[in-house]
Amino acid sequence: MRLFDPHIHMTSRTTDDYVAMHAAGVRAVVEPAFWLGQPRTSPDSFHDYFDSLLGWEPFRAAQHGIVHHCTLALNPKEANDPRCAPVLDTLPRYLLKDSVVAVGEIGYDAMTPAEDAALAAQLDLAAQHGLPALVHTPHRDKAAGLARTLDLVRESALPPERVLLDHLNETTVAAAADSGCWLGFSIYPHTKMDERRMVTLLAEYASCQDRILVNSAADWGRSDPLKTRRVGDAMLAAGHHEDEVDQVLWRNPVAFYGLSGRLDLRLPAPDSSHEGNSVLRGGD
Amino acid sequence: MLTGGGREDPLLDEAYRWLCRRTDAAGRDWLDEALAEVRRAGPEPAATDGPAPLPAWEAHFAAAGRRCRRTKPEAVGPQAPGDSDIPDTPDNAGAPDDPATVARVLLLHAAGVRTGTLTRLYTRGTGAERRAVLRALPHLTAGPEALHLVTDALRTNDTRLIAAALGPYAATHLDPPAWRQAVLKCLFTGIPVAAISALSRRAAGDRELARMLADYAAERTAAGRDVPTDLCHVLTLTGKES
Repeated sequence: MRLFDPHIHMTSRTTDDYVAMHAAGVRAVVEPAFWLGQPRTSPDSFHDYFDSLLGWEPFRAAQHGIVHHCTLALNPKEANDPRCAPVLDTLPRYLLKDSVVAVGEIGYDAMTPAEDAALAAQLDLAAQHGLPALVHTPHRDKAAGLARTLDLVRESALPPERVLLDHLNETTVAAAADSGCWLGFSIYPHTKMDERRMVTLLAEYASCQDRILVNSAADWGRSDPLKTRRVGDAMLAAGHHEDEVDQVLWRNPVAFYGLSGRLDLRLPAPDSSHEGNSVLRGGD
Repeated sequence: MLTGGGREDPLLDEAYRWLCRRTDAAGRDWLDEALAEVRRAGPEPAATDGPAPLPAWEAHFAAAGRRCRRTKPEAVGPQAPGDSDIPDTPDNAGAPDDPATVARVLLLHAAGVRTGTLTRLYTRGTGAERRAVLRALPHLTAGPEALHLVTDALRTNDTRLIAAALGPYAATHLDPPAWRQAVLKCLFTGIPVAAISALSRRAAGDRELARMLADYAAERTAAGRDVPTDLCHVLTLTGKES
């Protein structure tokens, strides 16, 4: 079973997690920029974090046979902090970089005017950079938050087929499905969705199966980086064909993030020869 | 002269030809157009106050990885998108760079980028962009003014970055204590010492390096671990006359 976790915060995870994920079948991840638990106080703190998602974390993942891409953004929570919001001025330069496959996580936390402005600006940045957008739907007042999110998507330059609405559940899936956006579900041990309910929703929304993504959203909280595998196993146990598992847990994330034109699922191959090129050899 | 920009550089002409053999027609066309655009724009203007607009070459520098990929015959075929190339090979220490790195070095050279810009690109760069800046140093910088980029890379634990830092620029400018630490770090992190430029010349007659290697070998032996073959190789080099 090949697995692509389309939303996981590996910065917060250990090397043991990488080993276990690879053993479970995970070969690719996308790490969205998010709130780190400890509030940031300046754009430079974001820059260092973005640099980590573009440098150190992909290197760490590669050591374990996992390809790492990221999405970058000003997250909804810190969009409310005037010390952090200026990162939107430097974000465009980061969005040019190769392993950035979407703008995200953007969306709502408390549905404030500052969040409105950051979400609208970043949906337009996604459109300008040819990137899709990963949109976090809020934990509190989720259905109203989704409705307001969809209003902003409609007003933006980004078409719904380039938007992934994440952290959906039974109360929001219908409106999200009607919108034409991609549908994301986060599977958690005690909150968000679980694998049993996910399988039920997959049956109910079988007509949307080609635009459903499932992720672990594992981070620094109580979460499980193997939840994609658990969903795959639950799908098989419920009678789904292996090809359906592959569609939801591999091909759909490849298709969505592939909209960026930047998804590269090849790890650098070992090659000590440098084939006679003196720049790569070091000119010596 | 294919590479344009600053001074003549036969190594970069060779690199351009190497790249053309290893990327597809779309990648070659993109690079040729990007280099032509950079040459038309001329050398980098002097720094001014306030935020500067993004130069065209810098956008190309950022996009090189997706525009100039290594040709991989096995990736071409009737498979559906996503069916090919499931990665199963962990990246290894000291793995080489790729056509995108060469493309980035060519762009930096063609743009005649100065140390201040190299520092900015490195500091806010992806891993691949940082490696390209390090590879470009001997082609762009004659003096030691960019040495801080090498020492920064040597402080990291990213083996690809460390390997890229130990090219001819480091061989020329790193002082003996820092160079010896770099050699030892390669042995610690499993980077093949073949990645170190001018290893034979700099190791020859270096008795302090020989002592450090012997101490490391003793530490490994005391722990019941193998002594790396590369360590023995470098130790042999230290016994030769400088």
